[in-house]
Amino acid sequence: MIALLTRDMRLAVRAGGGFGLGLAFFLIVVVLVPFGVGPQGALLSKIAPGILWLGALLACLLSLDRIFALDWEDGSLDLLATAPLPMEGIVSVKALAHWLTTSLPLVLAAPVLGVLLNLPAPGFGWLLVSLALGTPALSVIGTFGAALTVGLKRGGLLLSLLVLPLYVPTLIFGAEVARRGAEGYDVTTPLALLAGITCGTIALLPFASAAVLKINLR
Amino acid sequence: MMLRVADMGVARGGVPVLDGVSFALDAGEALVLRGPNGIGKTTLLRAVAGLQPALGGRVEAAPESLVYAGHADGIKAALTVAENLRFWAQVFGTGDIATALETFRLGPLEHRQAGALSAGQKRRLGLARLLVTGRAVWLLDEPTVSLDTEAVAMFAGAVRGHLAAGGAALIATHIDLGLDEARLLDLTPCRAAPLGLDDFDGAFL
Repeated sequence: MIALLTRDMRLAVRAGGGFGLGLAFFLIVVVLVPFGVGPQGALLSKIAPGILWLGALLACLLSLDRIFALDWEDGSLDLLATAPLPMEGIVSVKALAHWLTTSLPLVLAAPVLGVLLNLPAPGFGWLLVSLALGTPALSVIGTFGAALTVGLKRGGLLLSLLVLPLYVPTLIFGAEVARRGAEGYDVTTPLALLAGITCGTIALLPFASAAVLKINLR
Repeated sequence: MMLRVADMGVARGGVPVLDGVSFALDAGEALVLRGPNGIGKTTLLRAVAGLQPALGGRVEAAPESLVYAGHADGIKAALTVAENLRFWAQVFGTGDIATALETFRLGPLEHRQAGALSAGQKRRLGLARLLVTGRAVWLLDEPTVSLDTEAVAMFAGAVRGHLAAGGAALIATHIDLGLDEARLLDLTPCRAAPLGLDDFDGAFL
């Protein structure tokens, strides 16, 4: 398991691994928003939590199809399936590797980009908390989508169509935590729901991902 | 008895291709599967490896004794030869990659990126993976594709060493491997009967 995790991390940071692409995409999206909206500080600070969450979500989506596609193409996935690792463990490790290489940099970069969007000062902490709590769900749900589309040529668009609706609850509650935090309201309810969604997906979805992956390998 | 396959049938793309395949492998034995293209050699191997369900029949083998090597080698181009092998050694819980490197003469290439290897060298790396798994029964699908005569002899030597150590091998191939002691199993008589046209599903296949 640890061997698989270190291999995936190593592959991500080596040439052609795509490490940093999601981060660069996030940066560009967030920088483009003030150009589109115009120099209105009050408006920007109002929409900042939502824009940051949406940007992080789309950046996360960008790298999902790589989770299984590369291993499928070179045959490693067949070999992993016959290795003494449970399929549920393989998909969990893959999701963890995706979170560490794609989502975690987004979480850490978000407060910095918050400055560009004039995010109110109390919002920075809550933005970080909401992203740290919500992005694991994005990675786990995305891994499920990647497992569903693994055998398909150019399944990237289909993957987005499948995964984006599943991201809705995480986006609603995550952005709500950041918004309420920024405006100084109580965040308990959305925070609890966000944590609940994340825990639920981490507990249940690996089993579904493993099942669809087994079917797709036939 | 290391592997027993009884009355097995397999389908590819929903069409039954093989039916009633039975054989057994003892320790130290190799069995070569022969048959024309499309007869279902790969499908049979994948079914024995548990990668796809069989139509019927049984596979009896000790748990965690099988290792499968297919057409694709599962090599990561961005990792070096040693890193590729060490990963599989860790996954299978063995540690030693020196024997595998030596058997397939990959020592001089150890620190080369796998993406920079030739097709034959990649194949040798893929076969070297079998040695680091420590599994007893090898299921090999066309193992000698893109290997030169010298490397084929290298592969035959590796299989002989594995058999001498009490292992077994099931090999699907068209090429003479130089393994004279291996038994042959021609799959042509096991070809599944074609689906009847009156079958509703059959009309869509």
